[in-house]
Order: sequence, then structure tokens, then C-alpha cells
Amino acid sequence: MRSRIDSGEKALVPYMTGGLGDWVTTVGAIASAGADAIEVGIPFSDPVMDGPVIQEASRRALEAGTTPGSVLDELSTADVGVPLAVMTYANLVYRFGWDRFADALVVSGVSGAIVADIPLEESEPWCAAADARGVETIMLGAPTGSDARLRRVVVRARGFVYAVGLLGVTGERESLAETSSEIARRLKAMTDKPVLVGVGIGSPDQAAEVCEVADGVVIGSAVVRRALETNSPEAVGELVGEFRQAMS
Amino acid sequence: MGEPDAGGRFGDFGGRYVPETLMPALIELEEEFRAAWGDPEFRSELDHLLTEYAGRPSPLTECHRLSAELGCRILLKREDLNHTGSHKINNVLGQALLARRMGKTRLVAETGAGQHGVAAATAAALMGMECVIYMGEVDMGRQELNVFRMRLLGAEVTAAHSGSRTLKDAVNEAMRHWVSTVEDSYYLLGSVMGPHPYPWMVRELQRVLGSEAREQSLLALDQQLPDVVVACVGGGSNAAGIFSGFVDNPEVSLVGVEPAGGAAVGHGVPGIVHGMNSFLLQDDVGQVLEAESISAGLDYPGVGPEHSFLSQSGRVTYESVTDAQVIEAFVLLSRTEGIIPALESAHGLAWIVANSERLHGKSVLLNLSGRGDKDVAQMMDVLADRL
Ligand SMILES: Cc1ncc(COP(=O)(O)O)c(C=O)c1O
Repeated sequence: MRSRIDSGEKALVPYMTGGLGDWVTTVGAIASAGADAIEVGIPFSDPVMDGPVIQEASRRALEAGTTPGSVLDELSTADVGVPLAVMTYANLVYRFGWDRFADALVVSGVSGAIVADIPLEESEPWCAAADARGVETIMLGAPTGSDARLRRVVVRARGFVYAVGLLGVTGERESLAETSSEIARRLKAMTDKPVLVGVGIGSPDQAAEVCEVADGVVIGSAVVRRALETNSPEAVGELVGEFRQAMS
Repeated sequence: MGEPDAGGRFGDFGGRYVPETLMPALIELEEEFRAAWGDPEFRSELDHLLTEYAGRPSPLTECHRLSAELGCRILLKREDLNHTGSHKINNVLGQALLARRMGKTRLVAETGAGQHGVAAATAAALMGMECVIYMGEVDMGRQELNVFRMRLLGAEVTAAHSGSRTLKDAVNEAMRHWVSTVEDSYYLLGSVMGPHPYPWMVRELQRVLGSEAREQSLLALDQQLPDVVVACVGGGSNAAGIFSGFVDNPEVSLVGVEPAGGAAVGHGVPGIVHGMNSFLLQDDVGQVLEAESISAGLDYPGVGPEHSFLSQSGRVTYESVTDAQVIEAFVLLSRTEGIIPALESAHGLAWIVANSERLHGKSVLLNLSGRGDKDVAQMMDVLADRL
């Protein structure tokens, strides 16, 4: 991802819910379609940062018996060829054990993590466990943050900085929120780390637009919606390909 | 019951586990509440509202017939007589004043039984604010009357369709809504739960009922404090309020009563949900379990962090009662004292009934957190064969 950005291109990081249908094949299709890294969601019963699409995907995955252990086990046997990060919620990590969870990520070949409800103030035990094992904790910078706060976020962030594109939960929006480019611009002014915008990037056009400022995008609900609607890894791969094309 | 530490923790419990978007709002809220709470003008405005609008102080009622029947001396703190019918109004008036002071024009709230929602809608009407309430679809069915009251008061009531479709899911939806509207909305949380500063702030706002109850008990009991103080525990706000008046007197036993199907302290283990680390009903990997209780206000798998702390420190004992025991207590208080309790409050009485032998000759103060009007429609079905 770093080399892609260094050569002036934009990074594409799609999200897929672990445990949803034929998700491992889907993750492979996403990689083949040109993703630079992939976020795999470990579904939680009460995902407060997620909108209806990812909520529904989480519900289905949980109904199918998905657990943090099952997602990580399957990832450890998958050969995807791009870096993987997990995205989940604090209680699943806490219950697993901060250290044990970081160990499990390493064993599964996962190099990064986003924990949606661990802000800076609560980050210490998890980040200590992750840092000690070389797992990169991606921190979020939100439009509500002051410059002083965002500066602390970028210092703490590893891998890349996740710029939250709008005030709201995950989900596609009709048009790109003004806050998206603004938060990317603010964060870019503070750091040399890659700044990727996520939340509310629903179409290839929107991705291209925000990439005029940002180093790349995270696309979640659009991908998961396609997976929910089609149950087809190829169809998800096609969508990711469209994003890739629009961003180059 | 003191202040949590700088990170909002009571011992190991509490904290602020929220999406980054909300963190600045929580930090601001803590500062604003601290300033308001130390401001005599704010305090006197709140006191005025509590007196002139909500009807405080609420009385303390000695239950002669019930006491004779159970063999212990039972006193009720009558939060059922407050405007809107429960202790929830104490918290709501304080937070609504704070919201106005902060320049917010819109209140967002979750509700279980609808008592917090009704109180929030009431405060919004009083102060000319917009109000959006999230309520689980199941609760909207069993607390239909309160849904109508909220709408009558001008609030928008939105159903939470996910999960168990009860209080837990209403909190999820309210938090999601808050993430989207944080700049102009004030999240008016209804119990001593959620991220810091809510557990602390809501307890401070409910302290009034504990202070009153302490004074009133001294008067009623010849300058003695009650032997036992009992309150039901959902999130734990009415319990935190009444316990605050007695916690520094170790000779007073404090008992929190949870529903058997939602006993977070009784059967839970520490977990993180809704912004807090606290006892939580969850499965082996940390998925939150659905609570199951006849009472919508207690049908919640978590509990406020200070209760987890008070349980761990041993200062408060947490017990549970079944739905069947609650139904009997609901009828008992109606028949012996002419007071129809909220199903939530009936949990406390059910515990007293179950332990009446042990309590023989003792004085027992029960926080009657609310009135049962809202439950009458539901209980018509439950009691159909008996009445
Ligand atoms: C009358 C009454 N008592 C108690 C509760 C439970 O809340 P808490 O545990 O915060 O007092 C409710 C909640 O709806 C209620 O309506």
C-alpha cells in the first residue's frame, strides 16, 4: 500500500464481513480485483458504529455461528496476497484477552486492527498488546476532533490514519459529504502517514472525488451490500474493480 | 458515592468506549456538567423545577397493612407520585436544563418501559425543544400507553427493530443517531450507564431522592436510619439515587434487585458495551445476550458501572427475583396499600416478600421508583384468569 501511494497512486481498502456466506472466497476476489489491503469485520452483536447494511451482514454471520476464533482460523489458511486488518468492537477483543487477541492476529497473518469503540482514551491496554507484537492499530480521526486531538490521533495511528468521512455510522450516501475532503485535508496537513477516508464512500465516483485530497478510501457498505444481494464473490470482485478503475 | 477517576472509572468499571466521533462531545459534556453542577444559579433553577413542576419532595409512606402482613416495617419512597410517574423526571429535568445551557435544541433518548421517554418528551415540551426517542419494537407493544403519551407530548418515537428489540437495541439506535447528529443533539441517557460522564452525572441528578429519603426516614424512625434499603436495578439509576443517601452508613444494608432474566451483576461477567466496562450478560466470546424480563424497564443485559463496583466492593448486595414473584408483588401492593407499583419497582417488593422471615422486625425502605399505570394493559392479560 505504501509503495502504491509513494508512486502517486491511491490506496483501495475494501471491507468484508467475516462469516458472511462464502466470505473467504470473496476476500480472495477482492484482492484479485486490485485491493491494496482488506479489512475483515469480526461481527459483534451490538455494532453501534455500523449502519443497516453491515448490521444485517453481522446478524447473518452470527446466525451462521461465526466467532472471532472462526474468522481468524479461516484467515490463517487463506492466501490472499495483500495485507489484512480486522475491524471489530472492544468487547470481543477484551473477552478474548488483549494479549491473546494480538497473538491470534499474528498467527492468522493479520497485520492490522481497527477497534471501532476504542478511542484514544481507552487505547492503552490494546495498543500496548498490539505494539508489542507488531500488529498495527489503525486509529480514527473524526470531523468532530479538534486539531489538537487529531494530532494525537495521527501520532498513535499505525499503518494508516482512518479519516471518518462524515458524522454518522457506516453506510452509503447519495453524495459525498463535504466533511470527507475536509477531514482528509486536515489530517494530511498533520502527518506523512497515509490518510484513507472511510464511512460514506458508496460509489466509484465518490471514491475518485475524495481521492483528490485523500491517499485512498475504505469502502464497506457498498461491498457488503453487493455480497448480501448477490452472494457472489465474482460480483463483489467486479464492484471492487470498478472502484479501482475510477481511482486510477 | 464519590466521583469516578479522571478516566470515568469506578474501580475497574466505567470508561468511555465510544466511536471517536463522540469523544469530543463526551469531554465537553463532562466539563459542562461540572460547571453547571457547581453553579448556584443552575442548581436553584433545577431545584425550582423539581419543586414547582415535578412535585418534589416526594413523600415517604409507611405501609401499615403490608408491614403487618410481612412482619417488617416497610417504608416507601414515593417516586411514583412525581410528575410523569417515576424517578426518571429527576434526571431528565437536570439534563434538559444542561442541554439548553449548552445551546442544544434537540434531545435524543432511548427508553425501555417508556418512563424515561415520557419524562424526556415532557422536558422537551416544557423547554420547547425537539425530541427523538428510540424504543424497542417489543417494548412499544407492551408499553403502548407510554408510546402514545410521548407522541402526545410532541416527541418522535422510532422503533428499534434489531436484536431483541428491547432496551439494549434502543440504546444502540440512540447512539447511532447521536453519532450522526452530535453537533446539535443532546443525548439524554436515562440511567447510570453508558460512557462517562453519564453514570456519574445521572447519579448526581438522582441523589435528590436519596437525600430526601434519608431525612424522611430519620423523622419516621425516631432518628434512626432504616435497617435495609431496597431498590430495583435496570441500568441502576433509582437504586443509585436512593443508595447515595445511605452508602456512608455501613449499618444500613443496601440491596439491589435485578430480574432473574436480566441479572447482569448476578450472572454477568465484565464486558464492554454501550460505552462502559461493567458486568454484562454475554456468551463465551463476548456477544451480548438478550435479557428476558416481564418488565421493559429492567429488560437489559448490562448494568451501570458503579453498581459493578459496589458489588465488587461488597457494599451493596445484588439479588434477583422471577417474573412470577413480581406479578404477586404487583398484586400485593395494590391490594394491601392501594398503590399500584410499576413492574420495575415491584421487583424490590418481591425480594422483600421472599425474604420476609429474614427481615422480621426490621425497618425496610423500598424505593417505589414508579407507578403501575403504564403496566395495567400488559397486566390485564397476565391476570386475565384471576380478575
Ligand atoms: C419505574 C421504573 N423503575 C426503574 C426503572 C429502571 O431504571 P433504573 O434501574 O435506571 O432505575 C425504570 C425504567 O424504565 C422505571 O420506569
